[in-house]
Amino acid sequence: MCGIVGLFIKDKTLEPRLGELLTEMLITMTDRGPDSAGIAIYGNSAGNNIKLTVQSDNAEQDFATLAADLGAAIDTVVSLRRRDSHAVLELPADKSAAARQAIAELRSGMRVMSDGDTIEIYKEVGLPADVAARFDLSSMSGTHGIGHTRMATESAVTTEGAHPFSTGADQCLVHNGSLSNHNSLRRKLIREGMRIESQNDTEVGASYLSWKMQNGASLGEALESSLEDLDGFFTFVVGTKDGFGVVRDPIACKPAVMAETDQYVAFGSEYRALVNLPGIEDAKVWEPEPATVYFWSH
Amino acid sequence: MQVFDLEAEGLRALNSSLHELNGSTEPGRWEIVNPKGSHAIAVGLDAPIEVTVKGSTGYYCAGMNKQATVNVHGSVGPGVAENMMSGAVIVEGDASQYAGATGRGGLLVIKGNASSRCGISMKGIDIVVHGNIGHMSAFMAQAGNLVVCGDAGDALGDSLYEARLFVRGSVKSLGADCIEKELRPEHIEILKDLLARSGADAKPEEFKRYGSARQLYNFDVDNVGAY
Repeated sequence: MCGIVGLFIKDKTLEPRLGELLTEMLITMTDRGPDSAGIAIYGNSAGNNIKLTVQSDNAEQDFATLAADLGAAIDTVVSLRRRDSHAVLELPADKSAAARQAIAELRSGMRVMSDGDTIEIYKEVGLPADVAARFDLSSMSGTHGIGHTRMATESAVTTEGAHPFSTGADQCLVHNGSLSNHNSLRRKLIREGMRIESQNDTEVGASYLSWKMQNGASLGEALESSLEDLDGFFTFVVGTKDGFGVVRDPIACKPAVMAETDQYVAFGSEYRALVNLPGIEDAKVWEPEPATVYFWSH
Repeated sequence: MQVFDLEAEGLRALNSSLHELNGSTEPGRWEIVNPKGSHAIAVGLDAPIEVTVKGSTGYYCAGMNKQATVNVHGSVGPGVAENMMSGAVIVEGDASQYAGATGRGGLLVIKGNASSRCGISMKGIDIVVHGNIGHMSAFMAQAGNLVVCGDAGDALGDSLYEARLFVRGSVKSLGADCIEKELRPEHIEILKDLLARSGADAKPEEFKRYGSARQLYNFDVDNVGAY
């Protein structure tokens, strides 16, 4: 069991409240996933730059001179904005690959959570309320965001086992369910040159989508083919720069509820997660169909 | 009429207040406000009372109901009226998966759509859905009637025993051992009664009946692929 929440803002006046609304939705899903939590938030554009969100268990030490060290290593100006165990680095977009390599050399204990123009991913072990407070999630604004509360089944309770998983620039995946063919698929993807760092089933799902897209599939096509190639139970919510998508496996035993008004489209594992959204009383509320890919974008 | 604010007073207080009436023959009326998608609202009732829930609920609303009539002015989450014994549960909106699962008696009315596994393993309950139902509905259904005024999803009535299934619209596919059967006068009578009691605007003659072909009851090596 896990909890998923998602909010896609249509009415710009609601954008400053994205973090606040998502936080409440996330905390409501605590009893579906009390062991870790995470969110992907699509906020301000980095312009000509790119945002790399990094995480460290030893943030105080690792982040102290990181911007200067990384800037020197890749010969550019890097800015750093810290939020607890995470930091958002901004640097020129064409230095992204060099930055990833330099980070691995400069700080071996640090992990890159996401990269892209607007995406930032924050995730940690702990109760959703505590995780949200650590990152001051409720103060964040943005166009859309996805949150996840985890009750681990397939791998250990660790930061890297928490969701969302990055699937590419400005893309991420969260999952409720369990994949049963993740070991064989992991071996196949590693043979194909994909990098998979944990024993987690969802990371394999994320890597599968990235692999499909690297081979020319659109995100929608990658999700369609996941219905064939992934065995197990899943409700997936994927985030993209422009919006988010939802797909459920053909059996669809993992719950999902959607709500739409003129102001937003919202996703919740349960209706409970949506009850305090503005205007929910008059929203169109429905359950997404199995084996059907849904997308909302700006 | 008693009004109970679920948000203010909590689920345990609600269900224990309702359980105090169990065994009584006094009719009574309760209204539950601010359900906010909570789970297990009004479960285990056993008295001829009327309960109205003003809003949508989460998992297992009105489970194990006996005698009581529960009206939900909203939609319900998974497992509404699970294992109902008698009484009635009426949902004005939609129902999530496995509505009326394992129900042994009583009437479940869903005025919107029901999703997957509606009436799974039903054992005597009557279910009337004004809209559509999802895949794998009436899986291993044993007794009772499932009436669907709209369409049915994939694998309707898979591995069915003796429940009767009536569908007015299309059936995406039938499950193993489920076949269409003749709609005889006695079935018209059953439908007339259920449609009237559930406030459905449909004519009995418009429905098709589906039931068990009874080919999977005993092991037969020729059926091995279907078990």
